Amino acid sequence: MASQSNTKFLTETGDTARFAVRFFKELFKQHQEVDEFLRQCFWVGYKSLPLVVTTAFIMGLVLTIQSRPTLVEFGAESLLPAMVAVSLVREISPVITALICAGKIGSGMGAELGSMRVTEQIDAMDVSGTNPFRYLIVTRILATTLMLPILSSLSNAVSLYGGYLGVNIRGEVSWHLYWTQVFNALSFGDVLPSLIKTFFFGFAIGVIGCYKGYNSKKGTEGVGRSANSAVVVASLLVFIIDLIAVQITDLLGLT
Amino acid sequence: MNKAVIKVNKLNKSFGDNHVLRDLNLTLLNGETLAVLGKSGSGKSVLIKCIISLIEPDDGKVIVLDNDVNEINQDELDILRARVGFLFQSNALYDSMTVRENLEFPLRRHWEKGMRETKAEAAVQEVLEDVGLAHTVDMMPEELSGGMRKRIALARTLILRPSIILYDEPTTGLDPVTAREISELIVEVQKKYNTSSIVISHDMHCINTTANRVVMLIDGRCYAEDTYENLQLSMDPRIREFFE
Repeated sequence: MASQSNTKFLTETGDTARFAVRFFKELFKQHQEVDEFLRQCFWVGYKSLPLVVTTAFIMGLVLTIQSRPTLVEFGAESLLPAMVAVSLVREISPVITALICAGKIGSGMGAELGSMRVTEQIDAMDVSGTNPFRYLIVTRILATTLMLPILSSLSNAVSLYGGYLGVNIRGEVSWHLYWTQVFNALSFGDVLPSLIKTFFFGFAIGVIGCYKGYNSKKGTEGVGRSANSAVVVASLLVFIIDLIAVQITDLLGLT
Repeated sequence: MNKAVIKVNKLNKSFGDNHVLRDLNLTLLNGETLAVLGKSGSGKSVLIKCIISLIEPDDGKVIVLDNDVNEINQDELDILRARVGFLFQSNALYDSMTVRENLEFPLRRHWEKGMRETKAEAAVQEVLEDVGLAHTVDMMPEELSGGMRKRIALARTLILRPSIILYDEPTTGLDPVTAREISELIVEVQKKYNTSSIVISHDMHCINTTANRVVMLIDGRCYAEDTYENLQLSMDPRIREFFE
């Protein structure tokens, strides 16, 4: 039984890797689906924006309010903007943005492509010789890979603004002083690795969402399972990529 | 003598222990309409999906328009598929696109770059008029009835002007009047577009209306092959049960 599930896991991992390799092969071919790519960017980026921005604002505000008592206890209240900025930019904001996108975009792709598979729409594209992989998959994976860093950057800005309001609930820090402290605390080694890993988060969410939907089994149950496992696996991958990114950053001495 | 446009030679396909197709041989001649008749689960749909390479057979050869579909590469297969239309039982219309977008989808991807908008528009209008639904061009698939969806699916198949059309249960799920209209439409488009066709069905009226020749698929093999009229006169009980 254990051996069977191991085999299934390894097969699934191998198939997902082959799926990702096929993405790169198709990406560099001629006649890309530019209109569909822009449409996907709109869906992934613009349509996720309200959720990402709201969550980021609350995250910044809550983190600041929660951190204050501990810093006050050690007489380090003045370090609050710097601490919040480093926590948000390095870790919390990119990971939370990626998890929100894994939930919203990953499940959406899994369900949409799964439904198309079940209703034979993908087969219909296939039999008319129109390469559904390029139209449906390349555009979606590329859109999530490029939109996640933009969403994460916006999330950083909004969460830091939430932090500013949080600092000013019980204290009084001017707009200028707050941002001076934030930017003094942040270095190149905080911002760049955080930005780079969001590309990988986006790529992982796109690949998993598309793979699960594209290979959905027949029936409505299969569609539900695709959407569900797209979220679960993509979320798990976000944490694994984050762990690897932290190790690499640490090895390069960027911490 | 008419040239064979599809040749299936000793085709085998199994799903686990279920041997769906066993050493199946079949030929479609240029310009003819061949009906494949068989019970549900007899492998009719598997057969045409093997022909269009949607399903890979376990063994055997499928030659379509002089191409071995299991030997050619993906780009060659895409070019071949543009010459072979496939009408799905479920219609498989792209439900997030309008009728116009459904029809333009294959067209824009096969026509030369720089195709003029007017040319695409004219092609869309022509096929919609051929299926009698010119007024639906800006409608969504969900706004159409079952019969209308079938006609639009046929229009999408015709827009690339294929040499061969494979029909998978074209009248299943339709009321008798609409089913008769679809059968007549198949004959009309066959004449106008000069296509060769394989019709998979167990609707005897559809087969009688459309087919020049009928192949009976029983136990994964070609059990009998003749005209509809001759098969109707057969005394073989396995053949008779389809006509009674």
